Amino acid sequence: MSILVRIPTPLRRFTNGSDEVGTDGATIGAVVDSLEQNYPGIKERLCDDEGRVRRFVNIYVNGDDIRFLSNLDTPVKDGDEVSIVPAIAGG
Amino acid sequence: MRAGSGTAEPTAAAVSQRGDSRPGRAYSVLDLVGNTPLVEISRATRAFRTRQGHAISPGVRVYAKLEGFNPGGSVKDRPALWMVREGLRSGKLVPGKVILDSTSGNTGIALAMIGATLGYPVELVMPANVSRERKRIISAYGARIRYSDPLEGSDGAIRMCRKVLAEAPERYFKPDQYFNPQNPQAHYESTGPEIWHATAGTITHFLAGIGTGGTIMGTGRYLKECNPQVQVIAIEPDDALHGLEGLKHMATSIVPGIYHEEQLDRKIGVSTDDAYETVYRLGAEEGLVVGQSSGAALWAALHVAAEIDQGVIVVIFPDFGDKYLSTNLWIGWQEWHQRSRRRA
Repeated sequence: MSILVRIPTPLRRFTNGSDEVGTDGATIGAVVDSLEQNYPGIKERLCDDEGRVRRFVNIYVNGDDIRFLSNLDTPVKDGDEVSIVPAIAGG
Repeated sequence: MRAGSGTAEPTAAAVSQRGDSRPGRAYSVLDLVGNTPLVEISRATRAFRTRQGHAISPGVRVYAKLEGFNPGGSVKDRPALWMVREGLRSGKLVPGKVILDSTSGNTGIALAMIGATLGYPVELVMPANVSRERKRIISAYGARIRYSDPLEGSDGAIRMCRKVLAEAPERYFKPDQYFNPQNPQAHYESTGPEIWHATAGTITHFLAGIGTGGTIMGTGRYLKECNPQVQVIAIEPDDALHGLEGLKHMATSIVPGIYHEEQLDRKIGVSTDDAYETVYRLGAEEGLVVGQSSGAALWAALHVAAEIDQGVIVVIFPDFGDKYLSTNLWIGWQEWHQRSRRRA
């Protein structure tokens, strides 16, 4: 459990309310799969039917947007922090 | 005006209404708040088909109220102005105080504009991931921005704002858009009457998205008082995790005190992908580049339109699209554009 994933409010119903969870994986894609194993249903929120990250979901590795890296193939290593950031709601 | 249409329609009334009520020369930008135009959404309406292939009856007209014509660029100029005016009237806002509120963007822009105009400093709490354009506009008005955790969304900004206020309550005037009755009141006194007059009382359905709930509550109440048959329909994202900036998924959010769901006739959930594609169509088919909440609004309005034989539908377009050019809204436009060209 070496990679910390920060979970936004709308997805915490999948993580039993946790705002941070630990996971494993060598790429963001593997991290997402690992999240799905532990928290079933979460991957469908993050990725579309073709497996691509939904356009309104932003995933950052140590503050860098994976769209400007290698998307789901972006490598991650021990100690990295992954943040899932949704759009802004309401007023 | 529609060429070749035989139906009697209120379009001319709408045009003259706007010409009559917006001043040709204003003393202050605040005099330019409200009196926004309705525009008929005609090509997108005629081209629309439901998934089952149903078209919209020619007896149904769909109009968008273009709130982007407000001087701060959005519908939020109205509640912001009403809340500040009431603060001044009640003595809660006096010289030396700072206007403070939490916002996802447009209310912040409106408050910053009003503060600049009246000479009051403004501090805003916003999630750190609001669009670059919004941050720049607010800074240009001279307001200060405090950033809340982007993972906590606008509810995180609400909580942080409460803390800031609690630390120095004497320093601030907090309009509190989510709980201030002046928010829906602004729409009861301005948006509602404007729509009623612009449609010459023919409106049958009113739709607006829920951000704070102010627009749907205030406008809906006015229209229902004019004609209890008017259907008041709210639009919200279809899921807690969505990309419809400015709209709230009520079931998973802090519910604003001004929001009373029991007064609505109906609520329609819209997916982010449907809303984005409707934004793309509005640019190409109607000459309107709007924000994602307007895309969601029109998607819902077209589906309501397809259910009826006769009617006048008015839907709120909260702002134009210029504040969202750097956002995820435009991821996917290229693919959509290529698909559209192949179909053509």
